[in-house]
Amino acid sequence: MLAIARQRMLGQSFKKILPAVSVLRSYSSAAKQITVREALNSALDEEMSADPKVFLMGEEVGEYQGAYKITKGLLEKYGPERVLDTPITEAGFTGIGVGAAYYGLKPVVEFMTFNFSMQAIDHIINSAAKSNYMSAGQISVPIVFRGPNGAAAGVGAQHSQCYAAWYASCPGLKVLSPYNSEDARGLLKAAIRDPDPVVFLENELLYGESFPVSDEVLDSSFCLPIGKAKIEREGKDVTITAFSKMAAEMLEKDGIYAEVINLRSIRPLDRSTINASVRKTNRLITVEEGFPQHGVGAEICASVVEESFSYLDAPVERIAGADVPMPYAANLERMAVPQVEDIVRAAKRACYRSVPLAATA
Amino acid sequence: MASWGRRSSGMVHHIKALSKVELRGKAGAMKGGWWRYPVQPGVASALVPRSWPCVNTMASLFLVQRFKSSLPQKQVEDDDGDQDLDFPGGKVAYTSEMKFISGSYDKRIPCYRVLGDDGELIKDGSDFEKVNKELAVKMYSDMVCLQIMDTFMYEAQRQGRISFYMTSFGEEAATISSAAALTKDDIILPQYREPGALLWRGFTLQEFVNQCFGNKDDGGKGRQMPVHYGSSKHNFVTVSSPIATQLPQAAGMAYSLKMDKKDACVVAFIGDGGTSEGDFHAGLNFAAVMEAPVIFVCRNNGWAISTPTSDQFRSDGVVVKGQAYGIPSIRVDGTDALAVYRAIRAARSMAINEQRPVLVESLAYRVGHHSTSDDSTKYRSLNEIEHWKTDRDPVNKFRKWVELNGWWSERDEADLRSSIKKQLLKAIQVAEGTEKPPLTELFTDVYDLPPSNLVEQEKLLRQTVNKYPHDFPSDVSLH
Repeated sequence: MLAIARQRMLGQSFKKILPAVSVLRSYSSAAKQITVREALNSALDEEMSADPKVFLMGEEVGEYQGAYKITKGLLEKYGPERVLDTPITEAGFTGIGVGAAYYGLKPVVEFMTFNFSMQAIDHIINSAAKSNYMSAGQISVPIVFRGPNGAAAGVGAQHSQCYAAWYASCPGLKVLSPYNSEDARGLLKAAIRDPDPVVFLENELLYGESFPVSDEVLDSSFCLPIGKAKIEREGKDVTITAFSKMAAEMLEKDGIYAEVINLRSIRPLDRSTINASVRKTNRLITVEEGFPQHGVGAEICASVVEESFSYLDAPVERIAGADVPMPYAANLERMAVPQVEDIVRAAKRACYRSVPLAATA
Repeated sequence: MASWGRRSSGMVHHIKALSKVELRGKAGAMKGGWWRYPVQPGVASALVPRSWPCVNTMASLFLVQRFKSSLPQKQVEDDDGDQDLDFPGGKVAYTSEMKFISGSYDKRIPCYRVLGDDGELIKDGSDFEKVNKELAVKMYSDMVCLQIMDTFMYEAQRQGRISFYMTSFGEEAATISSAAALTKDDIILPQYREPGALLWRGFTLQEFVNQCFGNKDDGGKGRQMPVHYGSSKHNFVTVSSPIATQLPQAAGMAYSLKMDKKDACVVAFIGDGGTSEGDFHAGLNFAAVMEAPVIFVCRNNGWAISTPTSDQFRSDGVVVKGQAYGIPSIRVDGTDALAVYRAIRAARSMAINEQRPVLVESLAYRVGHHSTSDDSTKYRSLNEIEHWKTDRDPVNKFRKWVELNGWWSERDEADLRSSIKKQLLKAIQVAEGTEKPPLTELFTDVYDLPPSNLVEQEKLLRQTVNKYPHDFPSDVSLH
């Protein structure tokens, strides 16, 4: 989603992927640029190097260097005992990962996409998430499930669903969703070090995107706290929550200064940051790619209504993906995923600008 | 005339010869040695018997014609002309005979046993590791203890004192002997009918009963329903209700043991019904591929709640499934404590020394109901149950052997039974009188460290309970 937004911002067409340099000019300071892919790869590398208990499993993670090349070079460096190419059985290798975690190892299990995690979801929820509780603390499950989540481009219904809401509703799991390279590095490292099971939702379209990172981020001890959202852009007119970054640049032009919150952590949700922001701006729009019913936005909306009702000057609006399985045709796919224009219109509505409230706007 | 006669006899000779060739051809095809394809590719090839060069003209009438067809990718010819298919996964011999492997062997895989129904050794002076008096008496005592505990706890559920229970009647030897054959470092992943193994390892009657009552002394902090025992101290992984999930987990744990080069293995239990789960396939397949030291023990007790094995699978039980994964397997009489002991000892040795999985199918009828929520007389005959309960009881059988060795007397029997009954009654009394877990335990262990939302919820809940005590049950301790 962010990739699309950035292209819009600089007036490029949908299909072109921007070179990173032109984006760099709108940011200050940062010396180095790394892609999200490089960020994830370096995080895995460093954590495997630091702790011999960490190992990787998944389809194509070894010899193939990773279906999306996230695990490139790791088989060569750490050997087949620590980078396991698994047969095609999500239920099987997830179960194995959970069993290894019961024993005390720290597996990082890759799903080629989280759509396939549904074939293993019993192990994730009934075993990984609940074991510490059910065993009264005797069995801890320090496992990380990672992989691309949500819509890609032109892959259809069974490869495009967002699972943030599903996993985030389950106690016992932690659910993270990074946006940029800094998020990717910091959150993956935090996830691997965490003694609880973590679902790590990446985004395929962002793997190739470059972002500037400071030296601190590149340090091997760098880690981001789980459960803290980041205010990507400060503003005063409306709070936009997303696990992506949108539209703020555009809105400035129309005199609307949006405060954009990058959630980073879906469970635990950083309710205090969200509510503090809403108390400042008095308006809220939640943005997500996934299906609207029982989505992440619904939870945020409920949280704000419960805690900051008297601060709201306008109804909370949720922008989400269309309530349909993702179609394949490019034009239909575009209509099924929130676009920047949708968010802009919603922001204007929230600020009482003259844009009519259409049901399908 | 003579020439015609000669020709006709010649014809007969050729026809006879050809029919012999046909027959021999079949045999030859099976051996792979008689027929060979002509060297020129792409030419309409005919199967030509090597040793009958004169037959060419006559043979054209009778030979099997092969039309121009694609040759296999690679043909590897051995010195004697045998051709093998060099395919990913290894060389495979060709055959010209189309033969389907039958779905079952003529004879079912036999069931290994050591003791007869009368408690006597079948083969005298057997070469197996002798079970000494100390071991035998402990095995027997634990089997009796398990039987009595099951009887009492089943009753307790019927009286409404606990919500649920599952008995192990008929399978006492299967689980206790298995545990006896292991060391305390071997990790057990149960299904749910293996308290015998936990009992062997030292879980006390009080601990069992506490778990069923879910009181504050329960090691599981009242989190799980009855019989879902777990104890990391005893290397017994907490029972998880979904069937067969423990099988791939066992492969994972065994892999970890392998990486640590421990002198230990993993033992995962599963029932006959559980072998239908996808996880059974994944667990066994993976364990074989990863060469993990895990023993899969299938307690085939004939029933998966009301589903008999004839509705569960059409294979010769579970033992034959091992071969499909490249796993050595054995079928053993689960009512024979010595047979189970020996088989598991051997399996353990194989698993650890050869670093590979092993499958053991134990046949021991489920005498009791599936659980307290089941009435098995609804789907099976009373006669059948009675037969296995009295004539084939594993505890009785083992006692006979122990008595025959002069290691057990009727006096010992009486003493043991009364002692266990007393302990059990006491344990139940104590468990019932013990407080339930405090409110804090509602919120702990969800994560390693309690998250802020739960800390807050607990605080709010305590405030509410303090403010409106009459709205809450009196046994919710706030301490």
